[in-house]
Amino acid sequence: MAEPMFPLVAEQAQVRRRGKVLVGPVDLTLQGQGTTIVIGPNGAGKTSLLKMLHGILRMNGGDLRWACPMAEAQRRQAFVFQSPVMMRRSVVDNIAYPLQLIGTKRKEARARAAAWAERISLGDALDRPATLLSGGERQKLALARALIREPDVLFLDEPCASLDGRATREIEEILQQTASEGTRLIMSTHNMGQAQRLADEVIFVLQGRIHEFSPAVEFFSGPRTAQAKAFLRGDIVE
Amino acid sequence: MADLLDGMVRAFWLLVTLDRDLVEITLRSLQVTLTALAIAALIALPLAALLSVRRFRLRRVTIAVLNALMGLPPVVVGLIVYVFLSRSGPLGVLGLLFTPTAMIIAQVIIIVPLIASIAHQSLRELWSDYHDLLISMNATQSQRIKALLWDGRRALLTAALAGFGRAIGEVGAIMVVGGNIDHATRVLTTAIALETGKGDFAMALGLGFVLIALAIAVNLAIHWLGHTESEGRW
Repeated sequence: MAEPMFPLVAEQAQVRRRGKVLVGPVDLTLQGQGTTIVIGPNGAGKTSLLKMLHGILRMNGGDLRWACPMAEAQRRQAFVFQSPVMMRRSVVDNIAYPLQLIGTKRKEARARAAAWAERISLGDALDRPATLLSGGERQKLALARALIREPDVLFLDEPCASLDGRATREIEEILQQTASEGTRLIMSTHNMGQAQRLADEVIFVLQGRIHEFSPAVEFFSGPRTAQAKAFLRGDIVE
Repeated sequence: MADLLDGMVRAFWLLVTLDRDLVEITLRSLQVTLTALAIAALIALPLAALLSVRRFRLRRVTIAVLNALMGLPPVVVGLIVYVFLSRSGPLGVLGLLFTPTAMIIAQVIIIVPLIASIAHQSLRELWSDYHDLLISMNATQSQRIKALLWDGRRALLTAALAGFGRAIGEVGAIMVVGGNIDHATRVLTTAIALETGKGDFAMALGLGFVLIALAIAVNLAIHWLGHTESEGRW
């Protein structure tokens, strides 16, 4: 087993763009078990927080440390974007691409990608252009592409936004399986039902800051702050 | 009007009888232009990808210069290449002036900015799609460039065809550096200029139609090879 990646520690981490604070300052320590769900109103900074933790959003201040060296940590994580990016290639080439980047032989990469396509019920669409897939199929493809390198940490940014019940269930099944195999999930969502189904711990984000960070059971049974209470009730929180 | 009709008849006969001179200058036109296109694409396409992927200090300046160079007057390019290649010029020892090689050099200079500019426009859009994904996957710089060039190949084909169109119809620069020498550097465009000068409009028109047909044929051939019209979305 490789050396542990966690705890992930953020200290006074901050992201600013054009004079506006998107995230932070954030102090956060994430341990190596379970699934973390990030919730909060639109524009609260959920996406920016995830991208910052993942390391694709440059920080303007503060510090972010994995337990292992940064380069290694970056190799061992993956990200699923809210609007999945379809490369202009076939389905199987899309899923195989991350493997080819790390030098896996094309033939083997495509074979493993085909197996994944089967798993997300795109097995009969291997050679279709990925850009022609439906929304749900795109999101499943993005998930398979993120998981094919077997990352230890998977970030997901509202992977089920604008998907219907069936597609959401399929994705949640894959996520639960992935989590049970030991992959650390850090995911944002607007769907409170989904948050309750998947969460072990909850981060409630408001105006770029972490407003509340507690175990899921505690959070959903009785949030500590008035804003979180209001948010769970379905009130508009700003 | 009579000239036009006469020209079409002449073009028809030139083609049907496979006139030896016509075949020779047509092949030379193709050889010069396709060679120039291949060299220019090898320079321009990676350059366009690099300009999309990488942020360096002179990037904006480079892009602005490339865009400006798209309008480079061919005669001036010809003149500069001429000065460099002439006997007393810095590259005079190579003895390239009035050879097809000189014409290729001039054409490469003319179409590199054009191809690079058009290619950069489309690759930039593709990169803004791919940016987060490829960075998230830790793709190296050369892997990013490779992905852009491969996934953007349809758009790059269009850029290359624009370059071909400009080069095959170019006359000013290759006239200056090639010299329009019969059986050596005469190509379709310079032959047309010559025939027009001599007053043989029918012949000039005949060659002109051949030139147009050639341009269309090459475009169709490349599109057909690249399957651009099928699977339209890419």
